[in-house]
Amino acid sequence: MLTYIIRRLIGAFAMLIVISMVTFGIFYVVPQWAGATPEAMASRYVGRAATPETVHLVAERLGFYDPVVVQYGNFVKGIFAGAQYDYGAGVEQCPAPCFGYSFISGQPVWPDLLDRMPVTFSLAIGAAVLWVIAGVTVGVVSALRRGSFFDRLTMGTALAGVSLPIFFTGMISLVVFSYGLGWTPPGGSYTPIDENPALWAYDLLLPWITLAFLFAATYARLTRAGMLETMGEDYIRTARAKGLKERQVVVKHGLRATLTPILTLFGIDFGLLIGGAILTETTYTLPGLGQYAILAIRTQDMPQVMGVVLVAATFVVVASLIVDLLYAVVDPRVRLS
Amino acid sequence: MSENEPLLSVQNMEKHFPITKGLLKRQVGAVKAVDGISFEVFKGETLGLVGESGCGKSTTGRLVTRLLEPTGGKVVFEGQDITHMSQGGLRPLRRDMQMIFQDPYSSLNPRHTVGAIVGAPFRIQGVQTENGVKKAVQDILAMVGLNPEHYNRYPHEFSGGQRQRIGIARTLALKPKLIIADEPVSALDVSIQAQVVNLLEDLQKELDLTYVVIAHDLSVVRHISDRVAVMYLGKIVEVAERKRLYSVPMHPYTNALLSAVPVPDPKVRKDQERIRLKGDVPSPLNPPPACRFHTRCWKAQEICKKVEPPLTEMAGGHQVACHFPENAPEASAAGTSAKAG
Amino acid sequence: MSFLDVKDLKIHFPTDDGIVKSVDGLSFGVERGKTLGIVGESGSGKSVTSLGILGLHKGGRARLSGEIWLDGEELIGASAEHVRRLRGKKMAMIFQDPLSSMHPYYTVGHQIIEAYRIHHDVSKQVARKHAIDMLGRVGIPEPARRVDSYPHEFSGGMRQRAMIAMALSCDPELLIADEPTTALDVTVQAQILDLMRDLQREFNSALIIITHDLGVVAELSDDILVMYGGKCVEYGTAEDVFYRPEHPYTWGLLGSMPRLDREPTERLMPIKGSPPSLINVPPGCAFHPRCPYAERTGDKARTEVPALTETAGGHLVRCHMSRDERHSLWENEIKPVLEIQ
Ligand SMILES: Nc1ncnc2c1ncn2[C@@H]1O[C@H](COP(=O)(O)OP(=O)(O)OP(=O)(O)O)[C@@H](O)[C@H]1O
Ligand SMILES: Nc1ncnc2c1ncn2[C@@H]1O[C@H](COP(=O)(O)OP(=O)(O)O)[C@@H](O)[C@H]1O
Ligand code: SF4
Ligand code: SF4
Ligand SMILES: [Mg+2]
Ligand SMILES: [Mg+2]
Repeated sequence: MLTYIIRRLIGAFAMLIVISMVTFGIFYVVPQWAGATPEAMASRYVGRAATPETVHLVAERLGFYDPVVVQYGNFVKGIFAGAQYDYGAGVEQCPAPCFGYSFISGQPVWPDLLDRMPVTFSLAIGAAVLWVIAGVTVGVVSALRRGSFFDRLTMGTALAGVSLPIFFTGMISLVVFSYGLGWTPPGGSYTPIDENPALWAYDLLLPWITLAFLFAATYARLTRAGMLETMGEDYIRTARAKGLKERQVVVKHGLRATLTPILTLFGIDFGLLIGGAILTETTYTLPGLGQYAILAIRTQDMPQVMGVVLVAATFVVVASLIVDLLYAVVDPRVRLS
Repeated sequence: MSENEPLLSVQNMEKHFPITKGLLKRQVGAVKAVDGISFEVFKGETLGLVGESGCGKSTTGRLVTRLLEPTGGKVVFEGQDITHMSQGGLRPLRRDMQMIFQDPYSSLNPRHTVGAIVGAPFRIQGVQTENGVKKAVQDILAMVGLNPEHYNRYPHEFSGGQRQRIGIARTLALKPKLIIADEPVSALDVSIQAQVVNLLEDLQKELDLTYVVIAHDLSVVRHISDRVAVMYLGKIVEVAERKRLYSVPMHPYTNALLSAVPVPDPKVRKDQERIRLKGDVPSPLNPPPACRFHTRCWKAQEICKKVEPPLTEMAGGHQVACHFPENAPEASAAGTSAKAG
Repeated sequence: MSFLDVKDLKIHFPTDDGIVKSVDGLSFGVERGKTLGIVGESGSGKSVTSLGILGLHKGGRARLSGEIWLDGEELIGASAEHVRRLRGKKMAMIFQDPLSSMHPYYTVGHQIIEAYRIHHDVSKQVARKHAIDMLGRVGIPEPARRVDSYPHEFSGGMRQRAMIAMALSCDPELLIADEPTTALDVTVQAQILDLMRDLQREFNSALIIITHDLGVVAELSDDILVMYGGKCVEYGTAEDVFYRPEHPYTWGLLGSMPRLDREPTERLMPIKGSPPSLINVPPGCAFHPRCPYAERTGDKARTEVPALTETAGGHLVRCHMSRDERHSLWENEIKPVLEIQ
C-alpha cells in the first residue's frame, strides 16, 4: 500500500512538471516562434511610451533574451523560492509562490488567484455535493424501478441535462428563478462563508444547481447503468440467499460495487469542474477563477493565464491522486498490482 | 508404436512469461508456464494431454503450433526445426498443423457466414479447388455432420455442438496432418460431448489424422487417446500408452488424479479407498523446487525436495518422473488395476 | 410429508419472445439427512428450481405456482418477508462460481459474519469467532488469519470452502448446492465432495445437489431426479436410476459418458440433436425429436405429454412406452452395451 502511495505521488509530481513545461511552452515560447520579440514582450510591462533602450533594458533584466531552458528554470524557481523582478521602476520582491506579475495591472498574480480561489471552491464543492447526491439517488431509484414512470421521466430529463450547454440552462434558470420568481439573487454577489454562511449558500444556490444539473445528469445515467449491471451479479444473489433485507442488499452490496467506478469519474470531473466553473461564473458574474481566466485571456495577460492554468492543473492532478488513493482503499484488488 | 520418424517432436521445450513491474517494466520474475517438456507424436496416433487448470496444457498447444514462440528447447515438425521460424516461414506449415479451441462461442466470428468461416483457409492459403471453394466447403460441412445448405447461415443460428462442428470443419479445410484440440468438448453438454468425440474419432480414421487432445477430463482423454501425457505445473510427470497409464499409473500425482474422478456408480462410492490430495496446485510463479509435486505428495522424502526426478523410461515404454513410483515393475498390476478398473 | 416437499412447481417467465417454461410441474421431496441429486443438461431448469425454493424469484417477473412445503410450512403463498427470514437460516445455498458469488470488496470473514448476524443478535466479536470456527471446520488452514482475506486472495477450492462455511454458518436444515464443483479441478472437486458429505452427516441437513455430472450425483445422492426441458423425466433412488433406468433420455446420458470404471467401449452412444429451447418445447413428449424410440410411441409422442407414472415402488418415469417395453429395451439392448452388471 505504501509503495502504491509513493508511486502515485511521484507520478502526480511528474505530471505537474510536464504540465508546467507545456504551459510555459505555449505561453512563452510559441509566441516567440510566432514572431513576438523579447522587446515586444517587455514593452507590455513598461508601456508604449518607453524608449527602445528602456524596453531593451527591461527585456534583459526580465531574462527574455535568455535561452528558453533558463527562462523555464527561473519560472519554476520563482514558484518555489520566489523571485525578484526589475522592470524599470525598481526591484520588486515577489515571494514564493511567485507566478509573476500581471502585464496589465502590474500586480503579482498569486494574491489575485488566492483571492478568487474560495469563490471557485465554494462553487465546485457545493455543486459536487449536490450532483453526487442527486445523481446517485436518482440513478439507484431508476435502476430499481426500471421502466417505471419515474425512470422514464428522470432519464429523459437526464438526457436533456447531458446535452444542454451550461450557459443555456444557466440563462433559463436565471430568467425563471431570479428575474421571474425573484427567489434567488440575479448573480454577481458573493459572500464569503466566514462572513455569513446563510447568505453564502443563498448567493450560490442557483449557480450550484446549474452546474450540478449537467453533472448530476451524467451521474444518474451512469449510476443507473452500473446499478442494473451490479444487481445482476452473482454476489447479489448470494446476499439475498443469506436472507439480507432488500434495502441492505441494494446499499451494502449493490451500491458499494456500483460507486467504485463512479468514484474514478468523480475525480476527473471534479478537476474538470474548473471548465464548468468558467461558464457558470461568467453567467452569474461571480468573481472566481473562471472569470479571472476569461479576463486574462481576453487581455492576453500571460502571467495571469499561466497562473490560472497551473492552479487548475494542480487541482486536476491532486483530485485524481486523491481519488486513486481512495480507490485503493475501496477496492482491495487494486492494492495488489 | 510406429517405427518411423515422429511427426512432431518436442525437446526440452520451455515458455517463461516474464512478469514486469513499474514504469520501467523491470522483470521481477517469470511464470514458468511450460518448463522443459519433451514428447513425441507419431503419425496416426492420438496423444492425450491431461492436467489441472494452469498446468500449461494450452500453452503447450500454442507452442507446438507456434502461435507462441518457445523461450527454450526445440520443436521439430516433420523433421524440420520450427522453434524460431518466422511467421512467413511458418505459413506453409499452418496448412499442416491446425488448432481447435475450447469455446465454440467466441472462436467463430459472428459476422461471417459459415461458408466464409470454413472457406477462409482456402482463400488465405490460395488453394485451388476442383469445383470451386463453395463445393469444397459444402463437402466438409457434410463430413462433420452439418447440413451443406446451411452454407449461408451465421454462427449464432447454431447450437454449441454445431458450432464446435463448424470449428472442426474449419480446421479440416486444408487437410492438415496434425490437429491440436484444446479442450474441444469441455464447454459442451454431456450428450453433445459424445457427438463431438465420435466425430473426432471418425474423422481420424477417414482422413488419417494425428491428434494432440488437450483436456482436463480424464475419462474423455482415456476414451480418445492412444497415449497419454500427464502434466503438473509446467512439467510432464508421466507418459504411457493409454491402457498402462490408466491401469498401472506410476506417478503419485496420476494416481491421485484417477482416484479423484467421481465414479458414476452408487455402489462403488461406499467402499472405495481414495487418495485425497491436500490443498491446491501451487502457483507456477513460484513452483516448489526439485519435484514440484512434493508439497502435496504423500510419498515425499527428503530427496524429493532436493533432486528433481528426471522423466525416465520404465518397462513397456512407460515414462515417469518420480523417485518412488507406484506400481514399479516388481509390485506391478494387481492392487491398482482394481482402483482404476 | 417429507421435510421438503415440492408439489407441481411451475416457474414461468414471460418474455418478448413468449413464455419461458423453465420449470413445468416438478414434484419431489427430501428428508433430513438425505440427499437428492438433480441432473440435467444446461438450460433444463435446474438453477431456476433451486432459486424458486429459496424464494429468490419473488418480486421478479417470474410466475410461480404449485406448493413448496418446508418443515410443514408452505412457502409459495407466504409473504416475501417471511421467506427472507427463513433464507440463510433454515435453508441455504451454495453456488457454482465461488469467485463471482462473493462480494469482491468485503473480506471473506465480513461476509460470513454478515450472514450469521442477519439471523443471530450477537456482537461482531462473537460472530467473528463463529466465522473463524466455521472456516476451520471447512478445512481452511490458519482460519484466524485467513478470515481477513479477500475472496481474490483465496484459491478456487478455498473460495468454495468459504462459500460452504458461509452457507452453513446458521446451521440450515436444507442446503441446496447448485453445481458446487463445476468450476473446480478434479482433485479439488474430490475434496469438496468429501467435505459436503462429512458436513451433511454432522449437521444432518437435507441436501439437494444440482449438477450435470452423473459422477458427482452418484457420489452423494440417495435419490436422483433427471430433468429435461423443465420437467422431471425420471425420479427414483440412485440405484433405480443407475442400475434400472427406464427413460430413453437417462439411457442417452449414460451412453454419452466415457467412464473410467469400465473398459473403454468402442464408441460412445450420444443423443442426437441438442437440448430444446424452453420457449419452444417440442409438443407431446419433449424428448421425441431426439428419442431413438419415438416411432414406437407413434403420434402420441408428438401430441400427448406422457404422464409421470410409477413403474415400481417410488420409481417414476415419464414415457409413453409400456413398462414391459422399457424393461425389455433396457435389459436386451441398452444394458449389454453399457456393460452394467
Ligand atoms: N500470456 C501469458 N502471460 C503470463 N502468464 C501466462 C500467459 N499465458 C498463460 N500464462 C500462465 O501460464 C500457466 C499455464 O497456462 P495454460 O493456459 O497453459 O494452462 P492450462 O493447463 O491450459 O489450464 P486450463 O486447464 O485452465 O486451460 C498459467 O499459470 C497461466 O496463468
Ligand atoms: N429471469 C429469467 N427470465 C427468462 N428466462 C429465464 C430466466 N431465468 C432463467 N431462464 C430460462 O430458464 C431456463 C432454465 O434455466 P436454468 O435453471 O438456469 O438452467 P440450468 O438447468 O442450466 O440451471 C433457461 O432456458 C433460461 O434461459
Ligand atoms: S519424486 Fe517424491 S515427491 Fe515427487 S512424486 Fe515422486 S515420491 Fe512424490
Ligand atoms: S414418450 Fe416416446 S419419444 Fe418420449 S421418451 Fe418415451 S419413447 Fe421417447
Ligand atoms: Mg487451457
Ligand atoms: Mg444452472
